[in-house]
Amino acid sequence: MAEAKHQKPKAAPAGDEGHSDHGDHGDYITHDTSIKSWLLSVDHKRIGIMYGITTALAFLVAGVFALLVRAELFMPGETIMTADTYNQMFSLHGIIMVFGFIIPAIPGFLGNFLLPIQLGAKDVAFPRLNLTSYYFYLIGVILIVVAMVVGSVDTGWTFYTPYSARTGPAVLFLTMAVFIAGFASIFTGLNFIVTIHKMRAPGLTWNRLPLFVWSIYATSIVQVLATPVLGITVLLLFLERLMGIGIFDPALGGDPILFQHFFWFYSHPAVYIMILPGFGIISELIGTFSRQRIFGYTAIALSSVAIAMLGFLVWGHHMFVSGQSAISSIIFSLITYLIGIPSGIKIFNWIATMYKGSVSFKTPMLYALSFLVLFTIGGVTGIMVGVLAVDIHLHDTYYVVGHFHYVMMGGTVIALLGGLHYWWPKITGRMYNERLAQIAAGLIFVGFNLTFFSQLVLGTRGMPRRYYDYIDEYTFLHQLSTVGSWVLGMGLFLVLGYMLVSMFRGEKASANPWHAATLEWTHTGRRPSPHNFHRTPLVTHGPYDYYLAGEVFGDGVGNGSPVGDTAPSEEARSH
Amino acid sequence: MANPTATATTHDASASQHHPPHLKHYFVSSEQQFDAAKLGMWLFLITEILLFSGMFVAYTVYRVWYPEVFTIGATELNPWLGGLNTLVLLGSSLTVALAIHAAQTDKRRTLVRYLVITVLLAGVFMVVKYFEYTHKFHLGIFPGAAFSYAEMSQPYVPIFFSIYFVMTGIHGVHVLIGMGVLSWLAWRAHKGHFGSEYYTPVELTGLYWHLVDIIWIFLFPLLYLI
Repeated sequence: MAEAKHQKPKAAPAGDEGHSDHGDHGDYITHDTSIKSWLLSVDHKRIGIMYGITTALAFLVAGVFALLVRAELFMPGETIMTADTYNQMFSLHGIIMVFGFIIPAIPGFLGNFLLPIQLGAKDVAFPRLNLTSYYFYLIGVILIVVAMVVGSVDTGWTFYTPYSARTGPAVLFLTMAVFIAGFASIFTGLNFIVTIHKMRAPGLTWNRLPLFVWSIYATSIVQVLATPVLGITVLLLFLERLMGIGIFDPALGGDPILFQHFFWFYSHPAVYIMILPGFGIISELIGTFSRQRIFGYTAIALSSVAIAMLGFLVWGHHMFVSGQSAISSIIFSLITYLIGIPSGIKIFNWIATMYKGSVSFKTPMLYALSFLVLFTIGGVTGIMVGVLAVDIHLHDTYYVVGHFHYVMMGGTVIALLGGLHYWWPKITGRMYNERLAQIAAGLIFVGFNLTFFSQLVLGTRGMPRRYYDYIDEYTFLHQLSTVGSWVLGMGLFLVLGYMLVSMFRGEKASANPWHAATLEWTHTGRRPSPHNFHRTPLVTHGPYDYYLAGEVFGDGVGNGSPVGDTAPSEEARSH
Repeated sequence: MANPTATATTHDASASQHHPPHLKHYFVSSEQQFDAAKLGMWLFLITEILLFSGMFVAYTVYRVWYPEVFTIGATELNPWLGGLNTLVLLGSSLTVALAIHAAQTDKRRTLVRYLVITVLLAGVFMVVKYFEYTHKFHLGIFPGAAFSYAEMSQPYVPIFFSIYFVMTGIHGVHVLIGMGVLSWLAWRAHKGHFGSEYYTPVELTGLYWHLVDIIWIFLFPLLYLI
């Protein structure tokens, strides 16, 4: 707890009146710039940024692995690497993407940065726990790297026994990594639930919460309830590997299928940890860029919670061919269909929000629209693999790979990119290059579909996933997919490029460039001050009441006067 | 943690006249801080229950698969020692509850005394556990593959002891963590950090300790008695 942290805000109100024109009087970045003030910061915004940078690095590394995997598959036989290297590449791609990037990315980065501000709070309920969570996550990532160095990570991201109990020692490090990163996930979820329950600003009732907050709430429930089961699973696997306790070892009377049940009891809900925050971002984007109150607010909010709950009851659909009983397969299949209902509710409500709205095709909105297309394909293909008979054919083929990339990348990553562009001006105080951003969004959309739609087709034709080699007739589709991955990679590197440029040379943003109506836009400066608000906001309106935005919240060029307490705001101006 | 900024940042909050030293600057009032901490602790306890639930599921599955193995294995566990430990932990739950009461009623010395007694009882539990474990190691009863107890050569007996060691081992780790936290609390209580105004850490640790106790209350009959 740096002393400086407590002294700064005293000075901040002095800079209050012109805060959005020049936020140099100590916003959350400039008030203290030492390295230590970042690494030991308990400020949710700085922790969010640290999460953002680390997850982005993880995404970069795992993304490069994916490009290498695709390059290897460009031709049948050995193209650029041996089969062993290939096994490690796709395993590490999966492990780093899942545990190092996609689970922590949105809650850790945007969730941390935005949640307290959207709630009108000064920080999360447990700031030190929040910092602890970041370092646990970091230790997890470092252990994954250690496992890489130790060598032969070839289990895939699912660590199925009995193979994982026998292969090289890297599994020991990976299970430790997952165990520790799991704590980070639990701490974040726990922190957010308590924050949402206990730290809301006066007037911010549950039905005035931004939908991003609702989705983070649903995500956090899943994180808190599911992650401990993964914890005990990998702990048992660790002990299995270390001492041969035999709980998953058939030779000692154990059951490898039990591992699959445990693993998917976490890992199916975990896909909702990955996608639910994405839903939240899309709600914010579609509302703001349609200038229309979200259609079916309650339905969207509660469907997130419904997905979180139903998500716990479908893990068996990963195990249709594992030999579990037919009756449980049937039940799991039925519940899997049910998940389609709340997801469909969301899609229809978003489309209805755009209807007769004033839609502007800024970059974040382009990502939102991409999301609607890609996630719908991902969702519908998901229903298909949930059908018992169809799944027998499609199980362990590229169809499944295509399906979950449509959901995870076409859903979560696209939503994250949309959110990144949308909140970029609030986080950095600068705008990115709109033209380049639109080009990148286009490249990503086209590249993504080339890459993964061809995989859906490959899968229906019987190409098994994870294979190093294939017969000649699959060559064309594999090459299409690989070329797609290049286009996709180009788009993503373009984003990296102009975002880096924007950080230093971007045009300075106003406090509310999108004329949005949630607290982070209406009640903070160009960049938020260290304690977010100079005065606890009093909330008197919903998060999507844009029709008031211009007159009451300010025009986004510095007159962001708080709504509903006009009197104090005049007092603030007279400083 | 005294904070100079809270008054500047909450003009409108009537609760901001009084700033006790324990009140963190990002909370409006002590009540809010206490409620948040307590909700957080309950959520943490839920994660603990789920952590153990994985092991209870494993126990159930293998008990159904190999009922005879569990019956034979249990004969090797000493129900008297287990029963003694159950009484010891129940007693420590009582003393930790009395400690919370002492904190609420500003009885500092009583608080310290009860916390120390709780730690000592937890210590007794661990000592008994130590003798149980070493006795089994002496017989060659190890978890999993290293099992070499000649008198129990029935197939799959090791899996009972794997579950026994994993469940009681992880529970024991929780007891050790609890001992550490309780000792730290006793030291802070001795320094006079807690009173009727602020006793959140004592209350939260009490909750944690009751959970550790309850889990043992399930472990004892499942492993030793049935």
